[in-house]
Amino acid sequence: MAQASGMDPLVDMEDERPKWDNKLQYLLSCIGFAVGLGNIWRFPYLCQTYGGGAFLIPYFIALVFEGIPLFYIELAIGQRLRRGSIGVWRTISPYLGGLGLGCFSVSFLISLYYNTVLLWVLWFFLNSFQYPLPWSTCPLDLNRTGFVQECQSSGTVSYFWYRQTLNITPDINNTGTIQWKLFLCLVACWATVYLCIIRGIESTGKAIYFTALFPYVVLTIFLVRGLTLPGATEGLTYLFTPNMKFLQNPRVWLDAATQIFFSLSLAFGGHIAFASYNPPRNNCEKDAVTIALVNSMTSVYASITIFSIMGFKATNDYWRCLDRNILSLTNEFDFPELSISRDEYPEVLMYLNATQADRLAQLPLKTCHLEDFLDKSASGPGLAFIVFTEAVLHMPGASVWSVLFFGMLFTLGLSSMFGNMESVITPLFDMGILPRSIPKEGMTAICFTLQSGSYWLEIFDSFAASLNLIIFAFLEVVGVIYVYGMKRFCDDIEWMTGRRPSLYWQVTWKVVSPMLLFSIFLSYIILLSQTPPSYKAWNPQYEHFPSREEKLYPGWVQVTCILLSFLPSLWVPSVALAHLLYQHRQRWKDTHPESGLKPQESRSC
Amino acid sequence: MLWLLLFLVTAIHAELCHPDAENAFKVRLSIRTALGDKAYVWDTDEEYLFRAMVAFSMRKVPNRETTEISHVLLCNVTQRVSFWFVVTDPSKNHTLPAAEVQSAIRMNRNRINSAFFLDDHTLEFLKIPSTLAPPPDASVPVWIIVFGVIFCIVVVAIALLVLSGIRQRRRNNKGPLGVEDAEDKCENIITIENGIPCDPLDTKGGLINDGFLTEDERLTPL
Repeated sequence: MAQASGMDPLVDMEDERPKWDNKLQYLLSCIGFAVGLGNIWRFPYLCQTYGGGAFLIPYFIALVFEGIPLFYIELAIGQRLRRGSIGVWRTISPYLGGLGLGCFSVSFLISLYYNTVLLWVLWFFLNSFQYPLPWSTCPLDLNRTGFVQECQSSGTVSYFWYRQTLNITPDINNTGTIQWKLFLCLVACWATVYLCIIRGIESTGKAIYFTALFPYVVLTIFLVRGLTLPGATEGLTYLFTPNMKFLQNPRVWLDAATQIFFSLSLAFGGHIAFASYNPPRNNCEKDAVTIALVNSMTSVYASITIFSIMGFKATNDYWRCLDRNILSLTNEFDFPELSISRDEYPEVLMYLNATQADRLAQLPLKTCHLEDFLDKSASGPGLAFIVFTEAVLHMPGASVWSVLFFGMLFTLGLSSMFGNMESVITPLFDMGILPRSIPKEGMTAICFTLQSGSYWLEIFDSFAASLNLIIFAFLEVVGVIYVYGMKRFCDDIEWMTGRRPSLYWQVTWKVVSPMLLFSIFLSYIILLSQTPPSYKAWNPQYEHFPSREEKLYPGWVQVTCILLSFLPSLWVPSVALAHLLYQHRQRWKDTHPESGLKPQESRSC
Repeated sequence: MLWLLLFLVTAIHAELCHPDAENAFKVRLSIRTALGDKAYVWDTDEEYLFRAMVAFSMRKVPNRETTEISHVLLCNVTQRVSFWFVVTDPSKNHTLPAAEVQSAIRMNRNRINSAFFLDDHTLEFLKIPSTLAPPPDASVPVWIIVFGVIFCIVVVAIALLVLSGIRQRRRNNKGPLGVEDAEDKCENIITIENGIPCDPLDTKGGLINDGFLTEDERLTPL
C-alpha cells in the first residue's frame, strides 16, 4: 500500500479537477474519439481489398493482442495519475517527459489538418440543401452549346470536388490563392469546435450525447435504406465473401495492425486526458474492453452499410453501361425503341456480330461486367466526396440522404476533434500555461484552404501521424511496464478496479504488444524507403486526364515530410538528455556546497 | 398523264430526299422513352404535323415566308422512329441551304418539342446542336444561406456561454469578497485589550506603559 499512501496526496489535491457528470458521458466521449471518419472510409476499403470477410481474422487478432492491451494501459495510467499526457509521463519518470510532449505536438499537428477534413464535410453538408444537387450536372460552357470540357472528361462529381470545391492546382509548388468559400467554412468549423469545448468537459460532455449517438442513428437509417435498394445484396455478397488466399500476404497483417492502432486513436494522449477526469476507483478494465469492442463493431456495422450502397452504385453503373450500349445498337440499326432488354442484350450482340460485324465494329461499345464496377473501390476522402456523392445522386430523395450522410460525417469528425483538443488542452491546463478562462486555438489551419491545400493535407496525413504515433505507443508500453514497473502498475490497477490484471494482460503488455509495434514500425520504414514519396495531381492538361498524374515531391517538400515524421519524436531524447544534464548539475551542486549557499537556507535557521 | 406526273414527283422526291442527301437532316424520336405508357404511335398524321412544324419554322425566316407544308419532304422512316427530311424551294427543284434550316429549327426548337410532348433529348436533330438551358440559378447560393443560419446560431451560443461564464465568475468573486470585507473591517477596528486601545501604546515612547490599568474603578476595592 506504499504506493497508495504515496499517491493519495495527488488524489486530494485534485478535488478541483473537473469531473464527468456520469459514466455514460465518459464512455461516449471515448467512443466518440475512437470512432471517427476512419471507421467509415478506411475499414470498408481494407475489407474490400483484402478478401472481404477474411480480413476480419487479422483484424480481430490485432484487436486482441495489440489494441485492447494498449488501450487499457492508457486508460489506467490516466485514471491513476490524473493528469494529461505531459504530466503523466513526467510523473512516471522525468526522463520520459518528452513522450508527453511528443504526444502533445502530434495531437496539435493532427488537429490542424483534421479540421480541414471537417470543413470539407461542412461544405458538402451546406450544399446538400438544394435539389437538384449541385454535383449532378456540369456547368455550361461559354456559348451554352455544351458542358465545360474539363467536366465532360472527368465526370460531374469529380469536377465538383476538384474544381468547384478545392479549385485545385496541377502541382504542389503552385500554391494558388486562399479559397474564400473554404475559409468561411473553416471559420465556422473552428467556431463549432470552440463552442463545444469552451467549458472543457462540462460542455463536451453535453455535446457528446448528440455527436456520439447521431452517427449510429444515421448509419441505421442508411442500412435500412441501403438494403432495400436494388443491387445491395450483390454488393454485400461480393464484398464480404471471404477469400482466404489473402491471408498469406503479409501486407494484410500489417494493415490490420495499423488500422486497429489508428482506429482506436492510441498514443494521442486523448484517452489519458479523458480518463484523468474519472473518479480514481473506476473499473477501467471493463471500460477498455467495452470501448474497443464498440469501436470494432461500429467499423463492421458501417462497412455493411457502405457495401450495400456501393453494391447499389455498382449495379446502377452496370445498368447504365448496358443501356448506353443498347442505345447505340438501337440507333445504329434502327430497331424500335426499348425493344432490347438488358437480359436480351448478349444474344442480340452475338447475332449482330455474326451478321453485321463491320457495322458493329464501328460502334463505341464498352464491355460491361458487374464485377468491374464492384471492384472499383475507394478509401479516404475519395469514398465520401466522390463515390458516395455519386451513389446518392441516384437514390430517390437525394438531398435528404446527402444531408444525413454529411451530417453524420460532421458529427463523427467533431467527436474525434474533441478528443484531439482535449489531448492538447489538458496538458496545457495541468502545466498552468493556459488560464482556465478561454482556450485559444491556432488559426494556422488557414494554409489548408489554399488551392494546393489538399496535397498538403495528404502530406500531413501520411507523415505527421503514422511513424510518430507508433514510436510513442511503443515507448508508452515500455515506459509503463519496464520503467514504472509491472508490479507497481498491477498494484495500482488492483487498487482502482479491485482485481489484479490476469495473465493475458501481463503477457500481452510484456511481450506481444511491444513486439507487434516494433514490427509495424520496421515494416513502415521499409515500405517508405522502397517507394519515393509521390502524390497524385489533378491536372486537366494531363494526357490521360481524368486519371491523376503521378508526380514526385520536390526537394523542399520531401524535407518537410521528413521533419514532420521525426520532429515530434525528437522530444523524447531531447527531454531525456535535458533531464540528465539537470540531474548532473544538481549532483555537482550538492557535492560542491561552498560554490553558493542559497540565501533562504541560512534564514530558515 | 397522271401516272407520269406521279412518277416524276416521286422521282424528284427521291432525288432530293434520301439519307445523306445535300441539306438533309436526320431526325430521331424516342417517344416511348419520354412518355412511357402514354406513348402515341408514329403514323402519317404525326408526319404531317412534323412537316407542318418545319414549314412553320421556315416561315419565320426572312425571305422564306411562303414555305408550304408540301415543300417539306420526309423519307426513310424507320421503326426506331427516325427519318430524314429536306425543305425545298417553291419550285421544288432545289433544297434550301442547310444553314437556313438549321437556324430556323434552332429558333423554334421549343415549339417543335412541345408539339410532340418531347424535349431536346428525345427529339433529336442530328447535326443541329441545341442551346442548353442554364441550370436554375438562385440569386443567392443556397449554401450561403444555410451557412449564415448555422454560423449565427454558433456565434450566439458562444456569446451566451462566455457571458454566463463571466457572470458566474463575478458572482463567485463577490461571495468570498463579502467574507474578506468583514475581515478587513476587523483589521480596521482598533484592537482593544481590556478596554484600552493598543495603538496609542506606542506614542508615549515606552515611558508609560498604558497596558496597566489606571482607572480606579477597575481595581478591586480594598
